[in-house]
Parts: sequence; structure tokens; C-alpha cells
Amino acid sequence: MSLQVENLKVYYQTLGGDVKALDGATFSVADGEIMGLAGESGCGKTTLGHSLIRLTPPMRFIEGRVTLDGKELPVWDMEEMNVFRFKKISIIPQYAMNAMNPTRKIGKMTAELLESRRVNAQATWPELKRRLDLVELSHDVLNMYPIELSGGMKQRMVMVLSTLLDPSLLIADEITSALDVSSQKAVVEMLVEFRNQRCCNSVIVITHDISILYQIADSIMIMYAGQLAEKAPTETIIHAPRHPYTQLLISSLPEIGVKHDEKRLSGIPGRPPLLLDPPAGCRFRERCPVAFDACLEPPPFTEVASDHFVACWKEA
Amino acid sequence: MLSLDGVSKVYQVGTFGGKELHAVSDVSFDVTDGAVVSLIGESGSGKSTIGKMILRLISISAGTILSDGVDISTLQGRALKEYYRNVQGVFQDPFSSYNPIFKADRVFKTIREEFFPQVPGSEWNNRVEGALQVVGLNPAHVLDKFPHQLSGGQLQRFLIARALLLDVRFLVADEIISMLDASTRIDVLNLLADLKSRGLSVLFITHDLSLGYYISERSVILYRGCVMEMGRTEKIYDRPLHPYTQMLMASVPRLDRKWEEAANVMKGQQSDLISGCVYYARCPVAARNGMCSRGRPALVEVEDDHFVACFHAGIGTMATARSSER
Ligand SMILES: Nc1ncnc2c1ncn2[C@@H]1O[C@H](COP(=O)(O)OP(=O)(O)OP(=O)(O)O)[C@@H](O)[C@H]1O
Ligand SMILES: Nc1ncnc2c1ncn2[C@@H]1O[C@H](COP(=O)(O)OP(=O)(O)OP(=O)(O)O)[C@@H](O)[C@H]1O
Ligand code: SF4
Ligand SMILES: [Mg+2]
Ligand SMILES: [Mg+2]
Repeated sequence: MSLQVENLKVYYQTLGGDVKALDGATFSVADGEIMGLAGESGCGKTTLGHSLIRLTPPMRFIEGRVTLDGKELPVWDMEEMNVFRFKKISIIPQYAMNAMNPTRKIGKMTAELLESRRVNAQATWPELKRRLDLVELSHDVLNMYPIELSGGMKQRMVMVLSTLLDPSLLIADEITSALDVSSQKAVVEMLVEFRNQRCCNSVIVITHDISILYQIADSIMIMYAGQLAEKAPTETIIHAPRHPYTQLLISSLPEIGVKHDEKRLSGIPGRPPLLLDPPAGCRFRERCPVAFDACLEPPPFTEVASDHFVACWKEA
Repeated sequence: MLSLDGVSKVYQVGTFGGKELHAVSDVSFDVTDGAVVSLIGESGSGKSTIGKMILRLISISAGTILSDGVDISTLQGRALKEYYRNVQGVFQDPFSSYNPIFKADRVFKTIREEFFPQVPGSEWNNRVEGALQVVGLNPAHVLDKFPHQLSGGQLQRFLIARALLLDVRFLVADEIISMLDASTRIDVLNLLADLKSRGLSVLFITHDLSLGYYISERSVILYRGCVMEMGRTEKIYDRPLHPYTQMLMASVPRLDRKWEEAANVMKGQQSDLISGCVYYARCPVAARNGMCSRGRPALVEVEDDHFVACFHAGIGTMATARSSER
């Protein structure tokens, strides 16, 4: 069992009160599993990713337990997490690509990063070069500035950097959203290759692009308004989703061959609730086409079939 | 109607501006009234450059852009102001359109000052709220907020609402969807479809081919500034003839089938081959040492409203003069 998360709650402290951006998540990611994480903008995907590795103010740890390879992670303590961060668990943050220091050559930046983590850069260099080969980047990039790299190249570089110490878990937050289709394909296929070659053990891939998850993920977890809605093997989420939100989400995806004047797709009417003061009961209730009395109570995230979890009273 | 006729953009690059970068080369196509044309291509293919030339944000190096028959580079004074009222752009990165120290709804105030000073305040507020409703925003949730208090999707829809307030006739929509999440994407696409039926023309810039298919009747496929294939959307998607278009199609992540174990699409990037086909270095079917390395294939109409620039498609002839566009 690689990652286990139990009832994890992390809120943002604001003047107006707590934003309940991650409100009780329980799930696990198995050894070697690539888990996709999807859901509407603002539903808490990045919050979940950061909660596992970099829980900084205004984020506030409320409760919960995170275990990685049998060891409990002190996620609430930034200091103590230093032992794990980058070495056991690593993240490619959303917009990481643009966050590279423009005044440093890539090689120098890499060396500095390693030294700051007390890792001998020189000893790591041969492996670094092997990893560059793996993602088909020329070793010359080490002598280049970030601006000289295309988006796809930068993203591959960030991937190499974040997995250099073979973390057990890699969290990749929106690594493809700024790329064109051919670079997207190259980048995520390399991610799979990294997993296959054990450069990282398991991966959480956060993205809006469910069709990309369909290509590479073993399982997909769907979040809604700070909570988990559904988790299942990829085929199940795509072809036989059981949560009403997942169903609407999947049916709103345009595919080649679908034209607006022939088959008009529809979005999901309504908006997600504000997380400052979310409604009691199922948070999807207001937008749910099949809501009924029971939905006034919060639905538990239950296993309805093997490896298939759903938080919906219709399915409970 | 907007027509591009042999439009090129050359940037001077290098330390002393000694090198030329052909961002857009000899591009011709029309966007008729009420039509959506998608402009598709990899990063760096020149899509935004074309959009910016249409919006007159940058100059044109060669060729002309005609708006209802008038060369837009000649517009001045009132005529130019009128053009800006009719032609607007919304860009991929909505954050760049906002000044973080001002409230986000300032984008509405500025167009009021610029174009509608005579409209009374209450009437204007109604219009703003109406436009926000149309783009699926609740005015109470989004007005009077700073940019950082709103999501990328909300800021993006603000800009579309702003274009609606101007009642524009031509919209350059540059990757406006990629920042949005799945269910919001379809709402914005449907919104464009509705506006189109009210006569709005859209240049829909995207690298997402399924979105392009959903919304547009014609498509233009660009690579390194050159048109590789263009014409009726269904024809291009049903029977892509250019190897580049075929590669793009094969890269699209789909829900009805998985990617094939195709040859890595990133191999053999960029080359400085000047004489041959721009796609030569990456092309899996190029005739090595043959025509492909020697001449530019012309854009040829292979069937009604379906143009391809490829020797291999079996129809290419060397480009002598610019091929005829409809
Ligand atoms: N610093 C903050 N202070 C207060 N609220 C915040 C802060 N950062 C995020 N939030 C709120 O927490 C919620 C979850 O945000 P998060 O960034 O995790 O969403 P996300 O699912 O990653 O969205 P996206 O797909 O847009 O990246 C949102 O409602 C957001 O408004
Ligand atoms: N101001 C500039 N000076 C020099 N070169 C430029 C400038 N602006 C753009 N370019 C170059 O022109 C080419 C086309 O750029 P453009 O931004 O139009 O591409 P694009 O198709 O919009 O790509 P993307 O999908 O990444 O937005 C690129 O090679 C780019 O580097
Ligand atoms: S619990 Fe009720 S409201 Fe929530 S998704 Fe299920 S049916 Fe809909
Ligand atoms: Mg996020
Ligand atoms: Mg662009």
C-alpha cells in the first residue's frame, strides 16, 4: 500500500472564516498506481495535493492521517516534512513551468536545488543525464536558460527534477494544460515511462483533461466542492460512472465528431457552493437532477463495488 | 467579412536583430460573417501572431488584412476607433488583462468611458449585469472583487462579457478555453455558438481539435507560420491529408480509444531547411532527397473546400506563386 489518506481536512483561514477546501478525504493509492484527480476549478484538487506535502498558511491542518509506505507523514509540520519532501514525496506544482528562475541556467538551478536538499549534486549528475535521455532532452539544456526551452521541454525538465531522487509518490498538478496536443501526449507518456522505470512509485495526476486521464491513468478520483465524489478504475469512471456529478461531467466532454449544431452538449447548470459556508448534506444537492430527502444528510464515501467508491445516497 | 491575403510576419531576432524569424508566412483565408474559423497548430506555429495582426496589436510584414474590403492598416482616427469597437480579442491568460491593484470590473468601466459615456449609470449597470448573466456569472458573486479573488475561468468570462457589451462583430478568441474546466468549457463554447447565430464571426484559436470540431465550420491548420491544410472542418477531420494534421489528430486524447503506440511525435524538431517543406524534418513520409527537401509544396485544393500543402498527398506541385484561395 503506497499512500493512505484518512479523513483529511485542511481549511484556508481567511478574515471571513474558514474556507473548507478539503473536507474529509479518505482514499488510497496503491503501489505503482497512476491516479487521476479531476473536478471543477476550485473544487480543491491543488489543495489536496499541497496538503500531502506543503501545508503552508493560510492552509490550516484540521484533522486526518496520511500514511506513505506504512509511515505516518507529519503533514501538519513543515519542518518535519523536510525529511520526506522531494525524497519520498514530490510535487510538480501548477504553473511550475513558469516558476523557474529566469536568471539561472538549468544546470546551475538543478545543482542548487540538490544542495539545498543536502544531496551531492556531483554524484547525482550521471543519473540526471540518464533521465534527460529518458525524456529525450539533449544534455545541452543544462547550459540553457528557462526562456530558451519550449513549454513541452520545460515541463519535461521539471518532471526530471522532481523525480530525481526516486520519490515514492509524485503529484503532478496540471502539467499538461498549457501544452499543445503533441507535447501533451509526449509529456504524459513520459510520465508513464517514469512510473514503469520506477523513477517514482505511484503518481497522482491532477488535470481538467479527463480524456488525458483516460489515456494513462489506472484510476480516476473525482472531487466536488472540497469533498470526494467518486473513485474507481479508469474504465469504470469513463464508461459506468455512478455519481450524478461524474455522469454529468463525463457527458459534457466534447469529442471529435460532435458538432454544436448536430448534438448540443450541455454543461452542468448552476454553480458549486461557496466553500466558506457550504450547505449541509450533499454538496452537490442544489445541482443534482436526482436529489431526494436523504441528500440533506452528507452521503458517506462508500465502496459500492470492488475499488469503486461513491459518495451519493442513490448509490449507498 | 475579414480576409487575410498573403499575410506574413517577420521578426528580427538574435543579438543584433540580425536574424529573421518567420512567425507567419503567406497566410490567406477568409472569415465570413457569422462564421467560426478555427486556427489550429502546435505551440509557436503563429496562431497568436495572426490574431494580434488582426487586432492591430502588431504590424503586418507583408500582405493585407481586409475588413469588409478595407485594408485595416490604413485605418486611422474615427475609423480605427470604430474598428476596435467591432473587433475584439480575448486571450488565453486572462490574468494579464487585469491590473492587480484595481478591481476586476474596471474592465467594464473603461469601455463605458471610451465608448458609451452617454449611457446613464443605472442603464449601464443593467447592461453589465445582463452580459454577466449571459456568460454564466452571478453578478453578486463576481462584481466588486479584485482579480486574485476570482478564478481564471471567471476572469476569462469577464472578458467575453466585455466583448458582448461592445456588441462586437468579430472576436479573436485565443485559447480562451484551455484555462476553463470541462463543464465550463462547454458553456463557453455554446455561448460562442449562440453569438455566432446572432451574426458574430469568431477566429477560434486552439490546439484542442475536439473543441475546434464542435464549434467551427472551417479550420486552418498551421505549422511554423505556414498553412498545412485548411477547408471545411468535417473534410479535414474525416480525411486529414497532411502528415502534420494526421499527427495532430493521432495525438488528441479521446474517450473512445486509446493512443496508439505511434512513433514519438517530438522527434526531429525544428530545422533550418529554407528551401524545402517546413515539416520536412519531422515528416514520417517525406521523400528524402526528393521534392520535399527542395521546394515548398503549394496549397492545393484537392476537393471542394479542402486545401493541402504536401507533395506526398500526391497532389502537390512546387509553389511558384501563391496558390489561389477562394
Ligand atoms: N489562499 C487561499 N485563501 C482562501 N481560499 C483559497 C486560497 N487558495 C484557494 N482557496 C479556495 O480553495 C478552494 C480550492 O482551491 P484549489 O486551488 O485547491 O482548487 P483546484 O481544484 O486546484 O482548482 P483549479 O482547477 O482552478 O486549479 C477554492 O474555492 C479556492 O477559492
Ligand atoms: N515579439 C516577438 N519577437 C520575436 N519572436 C516572436 C515574437 N512573438 C512571437 N515570436 C515567435 O513567433 C512564433 C509564433 O509565435 P505565436 O505566439 O504566434 O505562436 P502560437 O501559435 O500562438 O503559439 P502558442 O500555442 O504557444 O500560443 C514563435 O516562434 C515565437 O517565438
Ligand atoms: S447524494 Fe443526493 S444530491 Fe448528492 S449526488 Fe447523490 S442523489 Fe444527488
Ligand atoms: Mg489547481
Ligand atoms: Mg498563442
